[in-house]
Amino acid sequence: MSKQSLLRAENVNKSFGAVVAANNININIDKGEKVSLIGSNGAGKTTFMNMVTGYLKPDTGHIYLKNEEITQLDPRIITQKGISRSFQIPQIFEPMTAWENLLIALGTSQKKHSYFKNARSKENGDFIDEILNRFALNEFAHRQVSELPGGVRKLLDIAMALVRKPDILLLDEPTSGVGAEEKYPLMDTIAKALSGQGLTVIFVEHDMDIVQNYSDRIIAFYQGAVIADGNGNTVLNDSNVKKYVTGKTEVKAKS
Amino acid sequence: MSEKLYNNLLFQSIFLMSFLILVGLLIPNWLVFVITKAIAYGLVGLGIITLMRGGLVSFGQGFVFGIGGYTAGLLGTQAGLTDAMLLLFVSFLFTGLVGLIIAPLLARYRDIFFAMLSLAFSMVLYGILIKIDAIGGSDGFVLPESTYFGIKPSSEYADYVLYVVAIIMTGFISILLRYYYDSTPGLIALAVRENELRVEYLGSSAFNVAVLNFTIAAGLGGMGGALNGIALGHIDPEFTYWTTSGEFVFISILAGYLSVPAVFLAALLLELVRSFSGRYFPDTWQLILGLFLILSIIFIPSGIGSFFKQFFDRLKKSK
Repeated sequence: MSKQSLLRAENVNKSFGAVVAANNININIDKGEKVSLIGSNGAGKTTFMNMVTGYLKPDTGHIYLKNEEITQLDPRIITQKGISRSFQIPQIFEPMTAWENLLIALGTSQKKHSYFKNARSKENGDFIDEILNRFALNEFAHRQVSELPGGVRKLLDIAMALVRKPDILLLDEPTSGVGAEEKYPLMDTIAKALSGQGLTVIFVEHDMDIVQNYSDRIIAFYQGAVIADGNGNTVLNDSNVKKYVTGKTEVKAKS
Repeated sequence: MSEKLYNNLLFQSIFLMSFLILVGLLIPNWLVFVITKAIAYGLVGLGIITLMRGGLVSFGQGFVFGIGGYTAGLLGTQAGLTDAMLLLFVSFLFTGLVGLIIAPLLARYRDIFFAMLSLAFSMVLYGILIKIDAIGGSDGFVLPESTYFGIKPSSEYADYVLYVVAIIMTGFISILLRYYYDSTPGLIALAVRENELRVEYLGSSAFNVAVLNFTIAAGLGGMGGALNGIALGHIDPEFTYWTTSGEFVFISILAGYLSVPAVFLAALLLELVRSFSGRYFPDTWQLILGLFLILSIIFIPSGIGSFFKQFFDRLKKSK
């Protein structure tokens, strides 16, 4: 365990009937790392993410955040302790505008609430405008989110998770459902918005080019177990990863 | 300065309250009584729309309506407390406390389960009340005449004075609720309605929102029950019966959850339909009420409040 250890999973197991979704997972993630989780569908990436965020409880094993056990805590408490997440299908408040969605995200992050003060204060407004600006969402601020394009909805979902200023941000397939030509601009916007904050980012992704370009560590899953863990070149050239995850015989080195 | 004052919620509300108090002097006494009853029902409806904003609907607000009415009645007959304002206030607090006690149980449920569990509470209370002869059983009992700061108004003005008290107390409660709806916790309640899972993943508790809203709804329902009991001068187990709870749901659906004044307008419409159909079409008022509800659900699914909101949004844009 390193001094900077932020998130630690120890001997984590989870099964759904006969299906093993997590098989003795041991992972240590340090502060500031950009980690991607790869693996075919059903490999256990999302299960791991759901256990870290409290949606699922491991059958056995322990998960620690900043050396504090969070294994049995509810998502709300885990979020308050510093882990935020976005979703594969954006979980946003559909009838509201993007600005209102962020206002709610901001409200949930504030420790003290006044029951008689209008939430639409200038102070809150300025903060939201800054977030909108950071995610290049200004032009969509006052549009109902149900009308927004997929990429914008993804960005808003992530922006909402970031409002709380978490220690760890988990992104569940940030580019899924987004057109091929939109993937890189979307990831660039996300990377730019997250840069300079010392934030630890863990993301699940299927596109290996995205994985290689936007993460400095890759963890590969297969049948609930971690089969490779390391930097991009090491993991993507691992024979097991080639066989069970990428299906490629050779992966280009990161430029 | 004058425009700022014009847009001020407190100023608008005081203006509206003053207007209604003056109107009360000009309208016949029966209408004063009908409006007072509408305010009582509107208070309960306001509680339901507070719940609706958090995604819940109670089918059993007769429970708190009855507790509020019986609290006022028993304080009047057993403790000699006859000050109407005090009775309304104490009923609000006591029923709110009852709500706070049962809310953690109710808040664990959602949708139809929440609605039916709340209905079950009201039916249990109804069953108990009709069996207790000491408080009148199914006949209920008569409340002593109300006083105001120790003064008992003459019978000619009794209804009007209660009407004024109801308008002032309800007016200020409505202002507080509007502030709550627009506050951060009020907005989080709206978010719970849309996506509870996300609210939890943003770090807030949907459970706490439900507990708070149910407690508020209980207090309001209790106050409404006390006001109705004082206005009628009588309380009986019908206050808690499921058809009474159904009327509150009717008001809430007709009003929608977007506007506070719309709830009182919906309650007034209910009272007027009840009064006129009772007079001109005896025994058919439920039929008329049912047709009214069908039409309102079809043509104004977001309730009367949506008209109010559209009107004020247009007004803002035109400025």
